[in-house]
Amino acid sequence: MEITLKVFRYNPEKDKRGHYEVYKVEGDENDRVLDLLEYIKGNYDGTLSFRRSCAHGVCGSDAIRINGRNMLACKTLVRDVGEKITVEPVLGLKIVKDLIVDMEPFFDNYKAVLPYFINNSPLPEGGRERLQSPEARAIFDETTKCILCACCTTSCPSYWANGNYYGPAAIVTAHRFIFDDRDEAAAERLQILSETDGIARCHTAYNCTEACPREIKITKVIGEVKLAMVTGKLD
Amino acid sequence: MTKTHQFDVVVVGAGGAGLMAGLYASKTAKTAVISKLYPTRSHTGAAQGGIAAALGNIEGDNPDWHTYDTVKGSDYLGDQDAIEFMCHEAPQAVIELENYGLPFDRTPEGKISQRPFGGHTNNETGKPVRRAAHAADRTGHMILQTLYQQCIKNKVNFFDEYQVLDFIMVNGKAAGVVAVELSTGELHIIHAKAVIFATGGHGRIFEVTSNAYAYTGDGAAILLRHGIPLEDMEFFQFHPTGIYKLGILITEGVRGEGGVLINGKGERFMPKYAPNIKDLASRDVVSRAIYTEIKEGRGVDGKNFVYLDIRPETVNKFAADDGRTNVDGSKYNLTAEQVLAKLPDIIDFCRVYLGVDPVTQMMPIQPTAHYSMGGIPTNKFGEVVIDDKNTVFPGLYAAGECACVSVHGGNRLGCNSLLDIVVFGKYAGLKAAEYANQSEFEKLPAEAESASKAQFETLKNGSGKENVFKLSNELKKVMFADVGIYRNEKDMLSALEKVRELKARFKEVKVQDTGRIFNTELLNTWELGNMLEIAEVIASSAANRKESRGGHSREDYPNRDDANWLKHTLIWKKNGKLEIGYKPVTITKHQPKARVY
Repeated sequence: MEITLKVFRYNPEKDKRGHYEVYKVEGDENDRVLDLLEYIKGNYDGTLSFRRSCAHGVCGSDAIRINGRNMLACKTLVRDVGEKITVEPVLGLKIVKDLIVDMEPFFDNYKAVLPYFINNSPLPEGGRERLQSPEARAIFDETTKCILCACCTTSCPSYWANGNYYGPAAIVTAHRFIFDDRDEAAAERLQILSETDGIARCHTAYNCTEACPREIKITKVIGEVKLAMVTGKLD
Repeated sequence: MTKTHQFDVVVVGAGGAGLMAGLYASKTAKTAVISKLYPTRSHTGAAQGGIAAALGNIEGDNPDWHTYDTVKGSDYLGDQDAIEFMCHEAPQAVIELENYGLPFDRTPEGKISQRPFGGHTNNETGKPVRRAAHAADRTGHMILQTLYQQCIKNKVNFFDEYQVLDFIMVNGKAAGVVAVELSTGELHIIHAKAVIFATGGHGRIFEVTSNAYAYTGDGAAILLRHGIPLEDMEFFQFHPTGIYKLGILITEGVRGEGGVLINGKGERFMPKYAPNIKDLASRDVVSRAIYTEIKEGRGVDGKNFVYLDIRPETVNKFAADDGRTNVDGSKYNLTAEQVLAKLPDIIDFCRVYLGVDPVTQMMPIQPTAHYSMGGIPTNKFGEVVIDDKNTVFPGLYAAGECACVSVHGGNRLGCNSLLDIVVFGKYAGLKAAEYANQSEFEKLPAEAESASKAQFETLKNGSGKENVFKLSNELKKVMFADVGIYRNEKDMLSALEKVRELKARFKEVKVQDTGRIFNTELLNTWELGNMLEIAEVIASSAANRKESRGGHSREDYPNRDDANWLKHTLIWKKNGKLEIGYKPVTITKHQPKARVY
């Protein structure tokens, strides 16, 4: 079948503003949008630029907007989106070139929530693991799935309105540690998220949950963090 | 303008090995980690099933059994001192990851959970043993995340999205690397006393692969150009279960949980090939079995695939036939809920890419190019060794898939790669820092970046008669078809000729993008140059080894030949030509014997 792609193009070294180019590619319904972009780059225009690596939805490199919605190019098939496909960079981060955006502010927000395990108590005797029940492990299972692709944060109207907002992905990361009963810094993270640019900026638009390619129920996760903040309880 | 930075240690690559090296080196030395991807995009994150360690959390196990299984899995080509070292380090390495916060799955008692995996056995009963410590089917993702998080906590210096282009050596010692900053196109020299390569593998030279686009063999190709040899490059692992056509990995953990392989006639065929551990034989054995079933007309609908079946009713039927029980002796009974909880990602992959639900349908699979056992030769401390006497190259280290210690020999066991990166990444980091702290900076040569500049100029100024995309596809096809699971003299030599033709045609490419900012076309083209280099090395090494061992299976030499070939291949590039030599295998406790599963 013939697939028509309308692709956002912007070359900062040549263009004052972005524009769209239309490409027609022969493909089939099982092609990934990433395969089509690779084909265009390889055969029509080598200058087309986008990030990609694993090509199966686990590395988080290729978050883009497909027909207006944030998705991973490698995890979206033609059969999911149809034969007419519009491809654009995600919103809310500065466009650097074509589909590539500046990810630094996104990672800065990630780093702001203490995204690492903190436990200053002595390690268990005999060089063993800290024990954790399967039930305690299950509480934060969902948020360990995050691949930091930024689909959620760049779909969030509150983040578009105010780039200082930490955004859903940072809250997902905070949740992963706050609800890990081995970690000792939940209170500090809740304090960070209670600041002006923290969780209060979430207005439950639900876009993040719809955008997540890992199917993390982000709005629910944010709700759990909010509740912990209000009640001071983690269970 | 080229910018110069100075660090005691520079690590190239930020997957598991690079992050572990960076974490350990930075404890005592000023360290930089450069990576062409954001660290969390590294291919470690795609590893699924687990990390091997004889923790004995669920049933009896010990590091000596792990050592023997790894030696046997390697088809006796692995160096036994290094294997023993790794397997004895393993329990502590996994505990360390847990102590860093890694969210392993847990046993009812709260210990790290473990599952069976191919080739890992109880050496007394010969039955599969639960040795793979896991976090659902995203163990690699959790290792990558956890190590990156620890690096942030410990303020490791990252140069994200910097592509390494060259290695700087002065007076026969390491002196740094040249890299390009993707977002600006500027060249940077990282002047260092010690350099650690942790650049991953090169599976992208094959048509059907589980590997990321980033896996183009950059580190190995760069060092080859500097006269450093590569070791055992003919040994490349084809993982038995990749998604049909796409090559996306379906973890061996599926078979660890009781899944079985089924041919086009609806038969479970592994008992024919591995009567003892059947579907959990090592990967080379299972891939050959699948290939044989297909070749003999028992693929599904006459096509190049068979099925992997994890439907609970199938699993439980065969578990009963096999006498598989839970540890307490009760009947093994897998439920749909457990499949969903233990294997969520592969279920997601099957639904997304195939429209197949593994809980109720079988998965169409074929072997997929997965892992390079060969690479940059090192000793067990990550020091690069450059000849048959294991002479150390001062200041140069390698770890992870790009390295060849050799702990995997002719065939790697599942879950030993995550172990490899954690153990040898750590020691490479420690050793590099120790070396740097006792050494002075070598004086940089004038214009250390000139070779990199020249490479880029060539790619920008070719005739344009050839197309990169097309060359790349031709390379992948010929390597998969002719230097794949089964090999023979005629096919390999014709593949070698084809690769050399492609190398010649590569000189006629012309990069269209003349810009500096994120010139991904220029970088992809440069990467293809590395892939061609590595493909030539693999085809040459493979055609040279006239026996079958581990992942190197020859139709014309079907048997292992210890009398002539129990030795490592070393291959050098000298004056543009490849030269082959050998080095002995270290054998300590386990004399080679027939390998039966």
